[in-house]
Amino acid sequence: MSSDRDERSPERDLAFDMARRSLWVFPAWVVASGFIWGMGGALSAALGYALVIGNLAAAAALMAWGARTSPVALMGATLGGFIARLAVLAGIVLAVAQLEFFEPVPIAITIVASHLGLLVWEIRYVSLRLAAPGLDLPRPGKEQK
Amino acid sequence: MIELLAQADNAVDGLKAVGAGLGYGLAAIGPGVGIGLVVGNAITAMARQPEAAGMARTTMFLGIAFTEALALIGFVVFILLNFA
Repeated sequence: MSSDRDERSPERDLAFDMARRSLWVFPAWVVASGFIWGMGGALSAALGYALVIGNLAAAAALMAWGARTSPVALMGATLGGFIARLAVLAGIVLAVAQLEFFEPVPIAITIVASHLGLLVWEIRYVSLRLAAPGLDLPRPGKEQK
Repeated sequence: MIELLAQADNAVDGLKAVGAGLGYGLAAIGPGVGIGLVVGNAITAMARQPEAAGMARTTMFLGIAFTEALALIGFVVFILLNFA
């Protein structure tokens, strides 16, 4: 399953790209949440953003490990990781909900909007990369395989 | 009478929490099936055409992330029912 071609993990690249792109929008949304819902809203929006990015990063890391190991590991890491990540998300939110600053509406909006928004944004670039692989430049310091 | 109303109020809160938990669990079933299909087909694609594994993995990751959005919507409903 693993080969030289797999060394450059596409899952990690995608998750990194999404996290990088979100840095343009995220501060504005946190400030906007602060204006609408107060300090609690800003903190909740920041938490929602951290949950989404952490979730994507964990999914990417698990899938990259599974793809390097074997097809069975890929299946197990993906499906097991899905259940585990949902449980972790619920655990974190249930724990944080006891704190005073917690605001459910901004965290709910942030989770859905940032997850879907980042994916749609990423799809535009991936479509181009898949349609014209020759345009996919190697990262600085790394040779393309 | 007031005691009865208080008990009914507690029961409503309890049912709301049970409903939120059940909703979250049920909302995770569909994406679970979907992710299984996505990964299964991606593994088939990688086995048939190993040189296109990178493309299959890219598409797989995005497909999984989109499918997972459904579970996240269930998660958001859980948050709103429990805490809003």
